[in-house]
Parts: sequence; structure tokens; C-alpha cells
Amino acid sequence: MGGIPILSLLTFLPAIGALVILVIGSITRTQNNNVQSQSIMLVGVFVSMATFVLSLLAYFMSFDPGAAGYQMIDEFNWYANIKYKLGVDGISMPLILLTTFLTPICLLASRHSIKTRVTEYVVAFLVLETLVIGVFAALDLFIFYIFFEAGLIPMFIIIGVWGGQNRIYAAFKFFLYTLLGSLFMLIAMVYMYLQAGTSDIVLLEQFEFAKGAQTWLWLAFFASFAVKMPMWPVHTWLPDAHVQAPTAGSVILAGILLKLGAYGLLRFSVPMFPDASLLFQPLVFGLSVIAIVYASLVAFRQSDMKKLIAYSSVAHMGFVTLGIFSFNQIGVQGAVFQMLSHGFISSALFLIVGVVYDRIHTREIAAYGGLATKMPIYAAFFMLFTMGNVGLPGTSGFVGEIMSMAGGFLAARWVAVAAALGVIFSAVYMLRLYRETMFGELTNEKLTGIKDLTATEVLTLAPLAVCTILFGVAPWLIFNVTDGAVARVLTLFAGA
Amino acid sequence: MDMTLILNAMAPEVLLVSAGLVGVTLGAIFREKFATVSYLLAAATLFGAAGLAAFYFEGGVAFGGLVKTTSFANYAKIVSFGLGGMALLLARGFMARHKTLRFEYSLLFIFAALGMGITLSAANLMTLYMGIETLSLSSYVLAAFHRDSSRSAEAGLKYFVLGALASGLLLYGSSLVYGFTGSTDYSEIARFAGSENLSVGLIFGMVLMISGLAFKISAAPMHVWTPDVYEGAPTPVVAFFASAPKVAGIVMFSIVLFGAFGTVIEDWSPIIAIIAAASMLIGAFGALAQDNIKRLLAYSSIANIGYALIAVAVGPELGASPLLLFMTIYGLTSLGLFAGVLTMRRDGGMVEDVNELSGLIKTNPVLALALSLLIISIAGLPPLVGFLPKLAILEAAWAGGYLWLAIILVVSSVIAAGYYLRLIYIMWFREPGAPFLSTDISVKVIVGITAASTIVLLLFIGQLDHATELAASGVIQ
Repeated sequence: MGGIPILSLLTFLPAIGALVILVIGSITRTQNNNVQSQSIMLVGVFVSMATFVLSLLAYFMSFDPGAAGYQMIDEFNWYANIKYKLGVDGISMPLILLTTFLTPICLLASRHSIKTRVTEYVVAFLVLETLVIGVFAALDLFIFYIFFEAGLIPMFIIIGVWGGQNRIYAAFKFFLYTLLGSLFMLIAMVYMYLQAGTSDIVLLEQFEFAKGAQTWLWLAFFASFAVKMPMWPVHTWLPDAHVQAPTAGSVILAGILLKLGAYGLLRFSVPMFPDASLLFQPLVFGLSVIAIVYASLVAFRQSDMKKLIAYSSVAHMGFVTLGIFSFNQIGVQGAVFQMLSHGFISSALFLIVGVVYDRIHTREIAAYGGLATKMPIYAAFFMLFTMGNVGLPGTSGFVGEIMSMAGGFLAARWVAVAAALGVIFSAVYMLRLYRETMFGELTNEKLTGIKDLTATEVLTLAPLAVCTILFGVAPWLIFNVTDGAVARVLTLFAGA
Repeated sequence: MDMTLILNAMAPEVLLVSAGLVGVTLGAIFREKFATVSYLLAAATLFGAAGLAAFYFEGGVAFGGLVKTTSFANYAKIVSFGLGGMALLLARGFMARHKTLRFEYSLLFIFAALGMGITLSAANLMTLYMGIETLSLSSYVLAAFHRDSSRSAEAGLKYFVLGALASGLLLYGSSLVYGFTGSTDYSEIARFAGSENLSVGLIFGMVLMISGLAFKISAAPMHVWTPDVYEGAPTPVVAFFASAPKVAGIVMFSIVLFGAFGTVIEDWSPIIAIIAAASMLIGAFGALAQDNIKRLLAYSSIANIGYALIAVAVGPELGASPLLLFMTIYGLTSLGLFAGVLTMRRDGGMVEDVNELSGLIKTNPVLALALSLLIISIAGLPPLVGFLPKLAILEAAWAGGYLWLAIILVVSSVIAAGYYLRLIYIMWFREPGAPFLSTDISVKVIVGITAASTIVLLLFIGQLDHATELAASGVIQ
């Protein structure tokens, strides 16, 4: 890898950019700060684009998709026995790419909707990007925890400062829920460290924890990851947080932060505590099915567009846990694919809602209707992502769902049957949403003057549309990368 | 008497005594003219004493075994003298504005530091008591330094009366220990206590001593004075109380337990564990209802002492190094936060309600960012440095078999996060009020340094950890 710590560079580039923006921002504080905030936003977009380019370079230049283990490792001794160690494999690399891909889109999408405290907004997003990349790249327990936990603060601020009316409640709920979950994980990590004498993830994967201990460790980790995912019944922070967050905040939340929990399950729970994972398989299946069916039904009853999509996220993450805990190649591959696909589709749907919200300032489904005649381009994008969310063949949503279900079918048939119900429900609520907002008569007179998508909005939606279709048609582009790493996780699972 | 022996063991104290006496003389001659100079002189003395403690890091034995300085004690001296010097620098502008710029203030800091030094070096219950009283008497006067303000006078009186009671407990406990072991020397006590079954009298003596000392470090259930004194005493004095004597106090506490009662660790360890748990919970719940920022931080310091006591409860091998690491970072952060309180000044004088911080991010973004860093760090949230010592203590708790303490630590941290977040929420999410008046340069510098340390120390945590390991080896033998 030639001495350049490319992964560390990638991780900290957004943070360095944030620091620069902070300095620029405090120097150029003026009375009329409209121009200033626009340029700050552009610098932010530039930094995140640079990070995206760097991540692509890292992927094409130094990443070997054929290798199963960790690569591009950066490490040095930090203090005591804790090593600063970063590295990626076929599971984390695509997730890092997803992160660096979505961040510029988020910033671009906020150009016109965020008007207050732009400097802090951009800084919070870039810091968050650093932390999320750090989580995916961390190969030491405590480094992982530090990145994992630190993301709470910028997200707390994003929801709390730029959110909707009830933002304070949502921010606190989000924060305290996730903190409590994670701290139990921390206790478990300390135990693992004391037992195995190391906090290196690579070494810990080889270490066999006693069966009794595994159960407790698994539960402690699950407490944290289930809240992050979020799984039923600890999902209630999510709709609140989503509804109150600004559009880009929702995108980051749905697109990236929700993946942290599933990633944690794949990185820790399954390979390190195989006995406990097997023991709790029925529990996870049960919760996944409840999430899929229950959240879909709740989504159907929502009158708020964002809440509807938030509940649909809970349902779609149910497929991810279902796939992971099927413990077979096809199911886990499907889960990873579903994570990425959900990253494109749900992000896009939140952007779609944001578009009309910026114009009419309401998210009530009842306030809309007949938009298709006024906004044809918008309607086309909306249709594409609706189909993706429903899981129509040809979109990436289909591949993820069908493979997770196939994996589940191999593990336990009833699960796949119940999950298939969820697919039907998702068609019900998504089509209802689409019909009531796009078709019918223009009832609300505010809508008469509504404009179609601007160039910026097209620019934010088009890449997501391309990904949705591209990976739906050519899923092997992703499978080739994830194949080795998934097989390795399953070997570790079976080996113990 | 051999001078090198004394220097090895007590070089910082020799400097402090000399500077203190010179200061008193100069003060008697020049009176008020000496006030401004005395601040600089005393701060230089304190930093010099910290330097001497670093220079004679290995320590030594002096005065026929009355004094024994270990590297463990010297580390605590470096930190507490350094923090004391910084706390002194905070005070000048504040005192000048309140027309109480007097040279006695700086001299009291020197004598307080002297007291801290003696308690840390004590190897005998007599020496220990002497040091504690030197520190306490200076502290009582400092708390009441604004004698025209009834709040300050009340704080001083309250502190004095309760402190005297605690000293009484400590003395009574010491006399029982002496009565049942026949010695006031730590190692003799330890030898005797370990040689046979613990007598009831010795247990009583030990518990009474622990109670007396718990008062000095404001651990539950002897914490009740803390919020009142913190609220009433002048803020720069509180900045001092919450940093330097806290570090010295808890290290002294652990030296007494590890030294004099090191052979019967299983007898006192559960007591300390309960005190720790109570402190954490009382600190966490108590702060929830506070609107006065000084009271809030007082409860926060009680909770933090609870975390530190976990490291004491698990014994020297596991706990000594995390204890030093934790107290170093806690001391710095706590000083920074109180320096932050000193910036809260409007036309009518100092304000102390947390709601006065409303929208600080708009009126003074740099200060708001610095305070946010300090708050997040003291809440122990990653990635800032405050998380790492908490992790070390969590590890020590697990390894020492105190899983329940680890869980209480976690739960109280979540509760505490609630009120720390409230501060962030007030600063970031509320609409701004009138901006604060500009503050002294020394306050700005100290807020800046401590806030920067929450990030910069992440890079040097390896060296710091190495230093605390080295220091801890002095207490383990």
C-alpha cells in the first residue's frame, strides 16, 4: 500500500475541511451573510466531493475486491494496549463509498433550504462524515466505539438546530435512546478486552468466548445495534427524529446512520459470538418479521409523508436483519445489498419529500394531489423511487429484498412467507402515497403555481436514480466486492 | 539534618513555605501596592513548585519517616499545583472588579498548596492531619473572601462549621486507629492490621477516618456542603476548589487507604464502592433540577468524584494509574468550565443562571464552541479526551470484579448526559439574549487552553498514560 495512509486520510479529510470552514466562517462573519453562507455551502460541497473522489481513488487504486480479509491497514499504538487501527474489507468498503457519495448530495440539497447558521451546518455534516467513515474503517473495538458514539453529537445538533417544530424533544429522544444502548455495548467491550487481552478486531474474531459469556455479550451489543437499526420495539425514536430533522438530516440518517447497526451485527455479533447468534436467531427473525409487517401497516396509516417513509425504513431494515441472521451466503449478501440499496432509495425519497416541502411547507399527504400535471419530471423521479422502494424487478430494491428473503427461506420458511407479506404491504402504502400526491385533481390552490424540479434538485436526484437502476440491472457489480468478505464472516461463524 | 533528603521529599513545599513567608513580609510592608504583584509571584511559585515536583519525581523519605513522597504523590502535586496556579491567574480581574484585590488572596493559594503538598507526602497520621488543616483553613478563608457579600460569608461559615466536624471525625478515627495499632505511622498500621483479625475498634477508626476524608473530597454522603459552598463562594475560588484540591484530595485519600490500610483492602473496598455508587447517583440526579450553573457543576463534581472512587475501590494495582489519568483530565476540564462561568458577565454583574447562556452560539460562537467541547468532554462522550479515563475506570471496575459499579457508572453517565446536553441545548438551540461583556485575557486563555486540551490530549494520551503508569508504580510496591 506504499506508505500513504490513504484510509486515515480519507477518514479525516472531511474533518480537516470542517476545520478550514470553521476558520473561514468565523473570519468572514458579516452583517449580510447571504453571500457568505452560499459560498460556505459551496466549499462544503467541494470538500465532500474531494472526499468522494479520494474514496473512489482508494477503491480503484488500492482496494482488491478479490481478497477476503482486511486491507489498506493503517495502524500505530495509541496508548496502553489500544491500537489506532483502520482497515476495510468487502463489506465496509461499499458502505464507505455510500457515505462519501451521499454527503455531497446532502449538502447540495440543503443549498436553498438551510438559511440559518450555514457554517455550523456544513461543519456538523463534515464531522459526521468523518465519524461514519471511521466507524466503517475501525479495526479496534475502542476506536470503533469512539467513532460510533461520537456521531451522536453532530446528529443531535443537526436535528436540534435545523429541525422542525418539535425538534428539541426529538433530538433528546434520539440522543438518550442511542446513548443508553451503546453504553451497554461499552461494558461488553471492556469485558472482551479483559478476556482476550486485546481490542484488535482481527484477533478477536479468532478468539473463542465461552458460551455463557457470549449470550450476555451478544445481548449487550444487540441492545446498542437494535436501537441504531432501529428494530421493533426500540424504533420509536426514528419517526420523531426523521420528521423533525431537515431534509438532508433525514437523508444522512436513513442513508447512512441506519446502516451502522446492521454493520455492527455483521462485524461483531455474527463472527465473534456465533453460538449466541444461533441461539438468538429465532428472536431476531421474530423481531424482523414484526418490524416488516407492523411497520408497513403503520406506514399505511400515516398522514405525514416523512413519517410514512420513516416507517418504511424500519420495515426495510427488517429485511437486512432477516438476511444477516439467515447465516447463509445468499441471505447475508442480500442483506449487504439491501443496506446499500436502501441507502439510495430511502435517501432519494426523503429528498423527494423535501422538494415539495421547500415549496409548500407542509408534509401532509392530504395537502397534495394532482402534482403530476404540474411537475412531470418530479413525478417521473418519484415514480422510479416508489418502484424501487416497493421492490420492483429492475431496481436495486428488488435484488436486496429477494435475496434476503431467499436466505431467510433457506433458514426458516415461515420467515420468508411473513416477509413476503411485507413486500405486498410496501406496494400498498407506497402506491397510495404516490396516487394521493401525484394523481387526481389539483385541489389545493397553493399548488397551482408550483414549479418543477430545479437544476440543483435534478443534480441531487439523478445520481441516486442511476444507482438504483444500475445496481438493479447489474447487481454483480456489488456482489463481486462483497462476496469474499461475506464468505469470510460466515466461515468465522461456522468455524467456532 | 541532611538537606538532600529533605529536598528529595519536600522540595516543592520548601519553595512554597519560603515564598509564603516572603509574601507575608512583603505584604506587611507594601500593603495594597503588593496586591497585583503578589498574583504573579504566587502563580510563579505554584508553577515552580510543580516543576520541582517533576524534578524530584522519584521522591524520598524525610523527617524520620514522618514524610514519604512517592512518584504517585509527586504526580498529583504536579497536577494540583499547576491547576492551582492557573486558577489563581483567573482571579485578578474578577477580584479587581469586586474591589477585593488583596495580596492575602494569593498567599492563601500558596498556603493551600502547601497543605495539599503535605497531605500528599504524609506517611503518618499526624503529618496528614497537619496538611489537611493547612489546606482546610486556607480554603475556609478563601470561600469567605468576599466578606461584604452575605452569600460568600455564609459559604465560608458553612464550610468551616461542617469542615470542623469532619476534621473531628478524622481525628477521632485517627485516635482509635492509634489506640488499636499502637502507631500513627502508615506502614506500622498496615503491618499491624494485616497481622491478625481486624478488631472492631480498628474498623470503627477506619470508617470514621474514611468519613472525615470523604467530606474533604465531597463524596456522598458527606457531600451536602458542596452545592452551597460552590454557589456562595467567589467563582475564581470555586474554580480552584473544583480542580486542584480535588485532585490532591482524592490522591491523598487513596494514599491513606493504599498505605495505612493496604493490607486489609477487602475490608474497606466495599465501603468505598458504596460511597462511589452513592456519589455517582446523587451527582447525576442532583444536577438535573439545578438552574444555577455553579450548583449544577457542584453536583457534576460529586458525580465525578464517584467515578474516581471506583478506581480507589479496586485497589492500587488496577486503580492507581486510571485514577491519576482521570483526575488529571477532570481537573483540567473542571477548571475550564468554571473559567467559562467567569465569562458570564452582564452590566449588572455576574450571572449564574444556566438560561443566561441562551443562544451563546450566535452572540459568542468561539466561547460557545469551547464550552461545548468542555461539556462533552466532562460528560465522557467520545471522541473527546474525557471518554478515555472513564473507559480506563470502566476497565478497572470490570477487572476488579465490580460489575455493578460499572453498570451504575454507565447508567449515571446517561442521566448526566441529560443535563450536560441541556447546557448544549441552551447554548445552541435557544434564541440569543444580550451578549456577555468582554472578559479578562487570562480567563480567555484558560478557557481556550482547556478546551483545546480536550482534543489535543487525544494525540498525547499515550505519553500521559505512560506517565501515570510510571507514577502509579510508586504506590504499588
